[in-house]
Amino acid sequence: MAENNKKILNLRKVSLMQGSVGLVLLLIGILLQIVIRPAFHLEKTIYDLGSIIAIIGGFILLKAIFGLIQSIKRNREMVYTKEHIKQLLMNNAIFMVLGILIIGIIFIRPDFMQMKVVWNVLSQASTKLILALGVCFTLLIAGTDLSAGRMVGLSAVISASMLQTMSYSGRFFPDMGLPPLIWPILLAILACMAFGLLNGFLVAKFDMHPFIATLAVQVMVYGVVSLYFDMPPNNSQPLGGFREDFLAIGQKIPGTDISRLIPIAMLVTLIVWFILNKTNFGKNIYAIGGNREAAVVSGVNVFRTILVIFVLAGALYGIAGVLEAARTAGATNNYGLGYELDAIAACVVGGVSLNGGVGTVAGIISGVLIFQVIQVGLQFIGISPMWQQIIKGVIIAVAVAIDMAKYKRK
Amino acid sequence: MSEYVLEMNHIDKSFPGVKALQDVSLKVRPGTVHALVGENGAGKSTLMKCLFGIYQKDAGEIIFDGEKLEINSARQALDAGISMIHQELHPIRFRPVMENIWLGRFPKIAGIAINHHKMRKMTRDLFSEVGLDISPDTIAGDLSASNLQLVEIAKAVSYHSKIIIMDEPTSSLTENETKHLFRIIEQLQSNNCAIIYISHKMNEIKQIADEVTILRDGQLVGSYDIDEITIDEIINKMVGRELTNRFPEKDYESSDEVVLRVEGLSSSNPKSFKDVSFDLRRGEILGIGGLVGAQRTELVETIFGLRGIESGKIYINNEEVKIRHVSDAKKHHIALLTEERRATGIFPVLPITDNTVIANAKKYSKMGVISSVKRHRASLESNTRLATKTPSMATLIQDLSGGNQQKVLLARWLLTEPEILILDEPTRGIDVGAKYEIYLIMQELAKQGKSIIMISSEMPELIGMSDRVLVMCEGRKTGILEKEEATQVSIMNLATKFMDKTKADEPDVEKMTDLGLEV
Repeated sequence: MAENNKKILNLRKVSLMQGSVGLVLLLIGILLQIVIRPAFHLEKTIYDLGSIIAIIGGFILLKAIFGLIQSIKRNREMVYTKEHIKQLLMNNAIFMVLGILIIGIIFIRPDFMQMKVVWNVLSQASTKLILALGVCFTLLIAGTDLSAGRMVGLSAVISASMLQTMSYSGRFFPDMGLPPLIWPILLAILACMAFGLLNGFLVAKFDMHPFIATLAVQVMVYGVVSLYFDMPPNNSQPLGGFREDFLAIGQKIPGTDISRLIPIAMLVTLIVWFILNKTNFGKNIYAIGGNREAAVVSGVNVFRTILVIFVLAGALYGIAGVLEAARTAGATNNYGLGYELDAIAACVVGGVSLNGGVGTVAGIISGVLIFQVIQVGLQFIGISPMWQQIIKGVIIAVAVAIDMAKYKRK
Repeated sequence: MSEYVLEMNHIDKSFPGVKALQDVSLKVRPGTVHALVGENGAGKSTLMKCLFGIYQKDAGEIIFDGEKLEINSARQALDAGISMIHQELHPIRFRPVMENIWLGRFPKIAGIAINHHKMRKMTRDLFSEVGLDISPDTIAGDLSASNLQLVEIAKAVSYHSKIIIMDEPTSSLTENETKHLFRIIEQLQSNNCAIIYISHKMNEIKQIADEVTILRDGQLVGSYDIDEITIDEIINKMVGRELTNRFPEKDYESSDEVVLRVEGLSSSNPKSFKDVSFDLRRGEILGIGGLVGAQRTELVETIFGLRGIESGKIYINNEEVKIRHVSDAKKHHIALLTEERRATGIFPVLPITDNTVIANAKKYSKMGVISSVKRHRASLESNTRLATKTPSMATLIQDLSGGNQQKVLLARWLLTEPEILILDEPTRGIDVGAKYEIYLIMQELAKQGKSIIMISSEMPELIGMSDRVLVMCEGRKTGILEKEEATQVSIMNLATKFMDKTKADEPDVEKMTDLGLEV
């Protein structure tokens, strides 16, 4: 009976099918945007729907091309049955929920379909994505990192304190000149890496549970940043008056709606993807998360790997902190409070297992985007922030419930 | 009323991509021991999990005690009178034994508060009923593997079920404990309780079973009265072909060149081994025998750099070497296949490729950047060489059978091009056919001039495969036997040398047949 539903499809065929769907969407999108919209004066009815469809089509096309290359490299055959289709639906259930939500929002406010909104979502998601990528390293070894949020604050305050204009009256270092932009930023990132090293040392050397080790460091970091922030003459005053070149990081590229944060986040994401998928270090992370004892027996240097994981995660928090300061044009010692939990939630919704060893960069991107789209969308239609919290909580629970059901063999 | 206590008729069960059971039937008479045999992956465990409510069958019917039964959870199965001793034990490690046993059905005071006093007494009664000498308050994690297994058996007894499923109950038991188990089984039988007994150990089956049902590739081969069938016939039906030899013939000469010399090695753990010396020659298979607790695993893990050395020297090719980490051992071309495949071998959630190349990853990368193509090719070659059965290299290793997982692990270590290959219980939990394949691989490697150290608790394997056998007892070497001298009796005498006298003095032939497969 199972045989009837069985279909053997070549991966190449599937990719080609996928590719044609993507191409059609891309063409329809371009047609809508360039031909139909001006011809029928639909600017205020469909807004940028055409561009958005074209972008989605483009992504599907890219994915298909990637699959095609894979299928040529290793002639892989896939068997599709009813079970697979069910699984496929389950794997993407959260996207369908998201799709329904977006369609609902569009019905209420059609002007949601603007490229401006898309860029807004992406720029707000940028720093969160970088943070989530940092946390994912620690989740992949079945750990966690509670110090991520406080590190954002540390990095924001350090970089901001040295990047104020000469004329600003409340300068943190009144007698300091104007250092090259890169030095304060590097210093901020290095400070986070130092605390990351401490995290890693506690976990690797003393076999401490990362929850406790990073909790201790979280508390310490807050103390350190508060002490720094309280130094005279600043005395815990919010930092402001940033230099133009610093602020520019968080602003739009002139002549477009695109924030500079987006290309920065894309670059960081690419690097992290490369580390996780294309280096021995990345493979060792998955191995340690998959079975730590077996990794030891296989000769993986677990101590060093854990140390590097936390240092690298610290660097990512540092970058996120600098960007956060530039984006919001301000910094206090309370920056980043609770960000680590948002980051963990995004990772988990994106399919990263808290048991370690499972998780992809693509998943984390979708996890971050889901939260951002919903946040922006709900704001757009004027849902109160309190309801937004409830919806966010429901999404975490539902997404993880679906994820767990996937692994259950019945 | 039917003559059977349990009838499973025409059971089908499939998983995505696999047909695990096809039209399988099993009929068990009350008060009998019904053996269920088959190679790994034949569907024994799946069938039992369907019965116990862990999996849901796709088709077929279960008639238990004259009534048609739909079982959807373990709870239902237990309530109906079916209990199971699982192959892998998952005790709640930090809680006392008694809480492990009565979990979910604690005796209560007024239906609310747990009555610890009563629970303790119930546990003592239960233990005395099955002849176990363990305090109910012992923390489960502190028990040895075999005691844990006996506790698990006691727990199954405590349900007073009409049928008990035992999935490889003797895999971590010593011969005396196995005997003990058989006494418990007899006692259960006299109370009209039926046993479904899954095991790879044929002589056990011959000894205690009344009937045997054989499965192969998810299908029923047949059910037989145990007196009407020989062990060889059972094995042939299991593998579906004639198995003339259990061990391959050796058709080559090993050299006298010493590759590894261990001198007076003592563990940094005072409770472990002391003052062990031996030579390993090129192209030799050196068996290490001994009872559970002889510290054999500790010895080889120390040579591999996983444990500390108190004193003693290790020479490789006549040069003294210091091995402090696994990386040192790998540098000297030593490889270790660990005893616990699940705990220290496989990365369950990772694909076969990652599992295969992990120990030699540097070779397939430049400056830390990996080459997917090289990794895939290496994994494919190594696994093809060992004939690992898998749909693709991207398959997760957790989806393979035990024998194939073991081959992937062997493939992993062969990629490191070892000169000295240490195999700790290489065929534990592997079916007969796959065992033979592993033996062939071992001989092939020895023929190529690799030296192999093999720890084994299976006497026939130890005698059949080893060129020499080193025997340990309580952390000390008690002798090295040449192939001609190695018999069950001589090995057993050395393995029990330091044990209390009464045990060692008893002639042990009967005991020995329990330990191994057959004489």
